Amino acid sequence: MLFALLGVVAVGSGVLVVTTRHLVHAALWLVLTLGAVAGCFLLLSAEFVAWVQVLIYVGAVVVLLLFGLMLTRAPIGASDELDSSRGQQVAAAVTAAAVAGVLVASLVDSFRGARIDLSGDHVAGSARQAGEAIFGSWVLPFEVLSLLLLAALVGAIVLSRRDISPDPVPLDTRSGD
Amino acid sequence: MPLLMPLMVGALLFALGVYGVLARRNAILVLMAVELMLNAVNLNLVAFDVYLRDGLLAGQVFTLFVITIAAAEIGLGLAIVLLVFRNRATVELDGLTDLRETDPPTALPVTADEQAVAT
Repeated sequence: MLFALLGVVAVGSGVLVVTTRHLVHAALWLVLTLGAVAGCFLLLSAEFVAWVQVLIYVGAVVVLLLFGLMLTRAPIGASDELDSSRGQQVAAAVTAAAVAGVLVASLVDSFRGARIDLSGDHVAGSARQAGEAIFGSWVLPFEVLSLLLLAALVGAIVLSRRDISPDPVPLDTRSGD
Repeated sequence: MPLLMPLMVGALLFALGVYGVLARRNAILVLMAVELMLNAVNLNLVAFDVYLRDGLLAGQVFTLFVITIAAAEIGLGLAIVLLVFRNRATVELDGLTDLRETDPPTALPVTADEQAVAT
């Protein structure tokens, strides 16, 4: 029952994320969606994933998005410039409805009656179990992932720094300035 | 708990993300819609992990990986958006038509429809 409530909150605020005409409100509704999904993770006994979701998504990604909004001089208040033309909106809605229809139909057909057994004190995702899984079976992908994060960090810095020009001036010619 | 409940939430969130990516014009809103889609996938991964009681916790570990990759993606995406904004003073995706195929020299006169697309 609680899960259904959280699901309704997640989907409802998700609708507002993609339809609201206030840019900043979209980011704040995204917080609610991500928080509700984190609650869903908790109810599915994946504690560690839920707290990582809160820390990284709600804590870091949304703040990053808000910084992006600030740096691109996003309009404060309602704006009609956020959505594409009416025709494209209708086409997008039809596509999204088709995606939802296909997904829901195939999932209902495949998993009708399947139940998740959450009885007893079986917790599948405590920090201890998640840590043992990551640093036991999944340690190589974990290391590769840290390399990926490093590469993304370097890339983001290179892209956003102003003083790195695309064709670099030789060092000796710019010693004067 | 029926397995269908998390799956339905995931499917609807994914469809909302598809709508957002296609219907929004502001680049940052498109990034937000991408986040919605990634979250839908995460919900599916966790639901199936718990349903199958995987001994290696594959679903949950993959969810952590997806969250990490999403963080990297949003960082790079925002850097690119800021670069576009610095060069063009706009983040509207409809305005970025440099790679669009130009009309051939002997093209028919531009119809009203095409003009609406181009502007």
